[in-house]
Amino acid sequence: MKLTLKVWRQSKPDKVENGKLISGGGKMETYQVSDVSKDMSFLEMLDVLNEDLLRSGKEPIVFDHDCREGICGMCSMYINGQPHGPQQGTTTCQLHMRSFKDGDTIYIEPWRAKAFPVIKDLMVDRSAFDRIMQAGGYVSVNTGVTVDANEIPIAKSTADKAFDAATCIGCGACVAACKNASAMLFVSAKVSQLSMLPQGKTERKTRVENMVAQMDAEGFGACTNTGACSAECPKGISMEYIARMNREYYGAKLTSNNV
Amino acid sequence: MSASNPTISKKPNWFIQFFTSTIGRKLLVALTGLFLILFLAVHLIGNLQMILFDDGGKAFNEYAYFMGHNELIQIISVGNFFFIILHIIVSVVLTIYNRTARPTKYAYSKPSANSSFSSRNMIWLGSIVMIFLVLHLVNFWAKSKFGTVEQVTYDGKTMHNLYALVVFEFENPVIVGIYVVSMIGLSYHLLHGFQSVFQTLGINHVKYTPFIKTLGLIYSILVPLGFALIPILMYIKSLS
Amino acid sequence: MKLESKIPDGPLAEKWERHKFNIKLVNPANKRKYDVIVVGTGLAGASAAASLAELGYNVKSFCFQDSPRRAHSIAAQGGINAAKNYQNDGDSVFRLFYDTVKGGDYRSREANVHRLAQVSVNIIDQCVAQGVPFAREYGGLLDNRSFGGAQVSRTFYARGQTGQQLLLGAYSALSRQVANGKVKLYPRTEMLDLVTIDGKARGIITRNLVTGQIESHSAHAVLLCTGGYGNVFFLSTNAMGSNVTAAWRAHKKGAHFANPCYVQIHPTCIPVSGDYQSKLTLMSESLRNDGRVWVPKKIEDAEKIRKGEMKPESIKEEDRDYYLERKYPSFGNLVPRDVASRNAKYVCDEGRGVAPTGLAVFLDFRDAIKRDGEDLIRAKYGNLFQMYEKITDDNPYETPMKIYPAIHYTMGGLWVDYNLMTSVPGLYALGEANFSDHGANRLGASALMQGLADGYFVVPYTIGDYIATLPTDKVPTDHPAFKEAEANVKANIDKLLSINGDKTVDDFHKELGKIMWDYCGMSRNAEGLKIAKEKVQKLRKEFWSNVKVLGGSEELNITLEKACRVSDFIELGELMIDDALMREESCGGHFREEYQTDEGEAKRDDDNFSFVAAWKYVGEEAQEELIKEDLIFENVKLTQRSYK
Repeated sequence: MKLTLKVWRQSKPDKVENGKLISGGGKMETYQVSDVSKDMSFLEMLDVLNEDLLRSGKEPIVFDHDCREGICGMCSMYINGQPHGPQQGTTTCQLHMRSFKDGDTIYIEPWRAKAFPVIKDLMVDRSAFDRIMQAGGYVSVNTGVTVDANEIPIAKSTADKAFDAATCIGCGACVAACKNASAMLFVSAKVSQLSMLPQGKTERKTRVENMVAQMDAEGFGACTNTGACSAECPKGISMEYIARMNREYYGAKLTSNNV
Repeated sequence: MSASNPTISKKPNWFIQFFTSTIGRKLLVALTGLFLILFLAVHLIGNLQMILFDDGGKAFNEYAYFMGHNELIQIISVGNFFFIILHIIVSVVLTIYNRTARPTKYAYSKPSANSSFSSRNMIWLGSIVMIFLVLHLVNFWAKSKFGTVEQVTYDGKTMHNLYALVVFEFENPVIVGIYVVSMIGLSYHLLHGFQSVFQTLGINHVKYTPFIKTLGLIYSILVPLGFALIPILMYIKSLS
Repeated sequence: MKLESKIPDGPLAEKWERHKFNIKLVNPANKRKYDVIVVGTGLAGASAAASLAELGYNVKSFCFQDSPRRAHSIAAQGGINAAKNYQNDGDSVFRLFYDTVKGGDYRSREANVHRLAQVSVNIIDQCVAQGVPFAREYGGLLDNRSFGGAQVSRTFYARGQTGQQLLLGAYSALSRQVANGKVKLYPRTEMLDLVTIDGKARGIITRNLVTGQIESHSAHAVLLCTGGYGNVFFLSTNAMGSNVTAAWRAHKKGAHFANPCYVQIHPTCIPVSGDYQSKLTLMSESLRNDGRVWVPKKIEDAEKIRKGEMKPESIKEEDRDYYLERKYPSFGNLVPRDVASRNAKYVCDEGRGVAPTGLAVFLDFRDAIKRDGEDLIRAKYGNLFQMYEKITDDNPYETPMKIYPAIHYTMGGLWVDYNLMTSVPGLYALGEANFSDHGANRLGASALMQGLADGYFVVPYTIGDYIATLPTDKVPTDHPAFKEAEANVKANIDKLLSINGDKTVDDFHKELGKIMWDYCGMSRNAEGLKIAKEKVQKLRKEFWSNVKVLGGSEELNITLEKACRVSDFIELGELMIDDALMREESCGGHFREEYQTDEGEAKRDDDNFSFVAAWKYVGEEAQEELIKEDLIFENVKLTQRSYK
């Protein structure tokens, strides 16, 4: 099939200065691709386009990708107005061209958020997520000082619920989808996983306070409960975890010793 | 890396921290919203007396007199104004803040694929309600407080004949139209707002959320419908 | 030259304890004076970086991805083995050790494997303490399953995402140390050279993938946790970015490369669908528990299926060849990975393959659904069937799946001694990047175990033995050795940019992959390997005269990144061919057609090839020198595998 692609091209990176994002400029460019097989993955379609661009002496389109099986969370494209494209419950690398029709026009843009500055073309900087994790997304336990694994029984239902939260791949689709570029689903998934498990309970108050503070400092927006994050999350993480984080946060702010 | 690493600056007092955080501000919107939801119900119950009883407005006028003179109600009324203003201010501030979180817009976006119309347009739906509220206050509340309203005496007790004022206002089809449109706006505002309050408060549970959502749906339809019926019915009555 | 494996004396079960007592320690107050570089943030890298930082060392952690959490360990599905014996089914450290040595076809070091089995139990404790949500039973205790044909249930798992959960656990420990200021992260940064001073590893040269800056980093020790080299085949189940560059450049600086020809091929992957194919997707081996593998008996039927003129369901029972069940009546569809893979290749070579490419066999659930009902099959394999349908648009409940083997894991890697130190003092290799524990074939659910064992429980001890011998002085990065290495890296990049030929990097990579797959893949022979060597040498020449790399060096340049990696893959490819040619026996993942039993099984030659082949780099385009480390088996009896 034949397709028209409208792709965001940006050569200079965005910068963040004094909490403001200064765009590096850029524009939507149009490309025609033909001989697209329906069995191709979306990224393979871009690979083919990139090879053609290279052969004709043009710079290939830069995009993040790695495992190409929907688990590393590296691929990140806003395709036809939706993060990871029209199919829900998948990452861009799991999207196949059979989801499109011959003659379609496809818009491809990077994640857009102040906290995710564009590096080049479709590649963005998601290190804000790492810094939120560093603010408290862990259990403070050193290697080798632990008790036997089975000395901490955990109800299966609790373990399963914690697992549902832990399936987050940190791709940032929640931020991209949210009209407020809010990172609540990402943060709440980690806060919930660790607050539900006994191992994480000792630090739960400080954890939620610090992770939320870092989330706010990064410049992500607030949650207005639209549910776009959960609908677009490739792992289908529920809004329930945001409610849980809210509870954790209120409880922590009211009762922790951190003044 | 192109992003400078934002660090958390010296922390203010925990209380201020709490209510200036994204979650804390949302809590303010939710709590004030919850109060306003309750207010709507009480207000509707009172107003329905105008169309439920065919007594020339006696019940309604007496109710209005009670509401205007009971001290506890007066205190709540001040609180009500305060919460309305707080709800508006925090929502506007939060909306502006949220806009800055995405300085570059998408060239092509399809939000209808993942979220409801009302959830994305709360600020506009709220604005409709706010404009309506100003008109509504000018029409009735200001007139009864500061203007001249004709008097009526029941069982020796003299009071404002607010019912007559309402009858007079709702003879005007333009005002009736504005009221009906505004109530549609309120309905959509509630459609998201009702369940959103519970989500923000942290109440999302497999057992209760379906009930909350259904209740929210019924509430968002019935309450604005009740409010809209008053001008419509009174207008129809005025034609005869 | 002789390789010192430094295996401690004493009975097998006491070696590690004795060794830990005998090796030197670094005073806690002194640890903060030493810097350690860790390249890679997968299970081995993240766990090592976090553990070393906890001990007090200053750690610099590098990865080419945008975040440490994205390393390819994340894609491991099945599980992690540990000799906990929670199921009371007779498992023990010795049994895990024995199974691993036997599974590796007796080509691994006893002492290393035994230590791996010993520390496996600590790994589970550690991960649970970090909040890794392993699968649990209703009583709240950890669940186990049997995996990869093991006779005991010793595999801990987290749905089909065990690798992800373990990596996120290690990543969280790493993040904590970043917050503590003990680890500095360098994401989107690729190591391009090792710097040695007086024969010791003292730092690395990196390229910042965003700005293109070439940078020097100095340290007292360098740990390579950079994964395997499966992408030498272009198509593999590895991530797109997985590469051998760090290990290969260290090899060229003196680190011997061991057993490069040992690669593991996984039989249940989704077949190639076209030339545009960029990678292959693995589906869990557990599918073979209920699925039956077959191809049509008649070539005409296979041809019709390939052309789409016939549906597989319409082939009659008597016209189907359930070749695994026919050839291996007792193991049937559950024969080990290498046997299943090789037989798929044979039937496809006969022209009985079933995809349009002719390279696929059926994995059929018809009988299982008939026997157990669709619901039960859905409960067991629902997510895998869904994944398959997403990729292929075929519904496995109605029509048989198509599968084909793909490169999955590389057992070979940098040679290391018992301390995980390479032949360059101060340079360590951990996880898949080293050669040490899996011999010629890795057991299912053992890769995660080895990565975490090396990072959490081996290197934090053994590195002290080396660091304790060093002065605390730091080498400044303006030392001539750094400057020279930087200049070499830049010259190499400039050369790539100046060629401006006609063929893209991917063209070369695909060509290399095809040569390697055809001649040095599932089965090999001397004649083919000699042809392959010539072809790879030719390809290398062509690469350096005709590759097209656009853009500049000091900018984000994805083509340049790929070109650097592919240039190293080409060189490694040649060494793999040399190694495969040298090893005149069949063992594990290395199958030489000349050396098979009458039944067509791998035939080892323990008298002549019971050694680790460590290759020493001797110079550009020169034949590498083979150094043998003899393998001594004192605790297991060498036997020939049979699955009849």
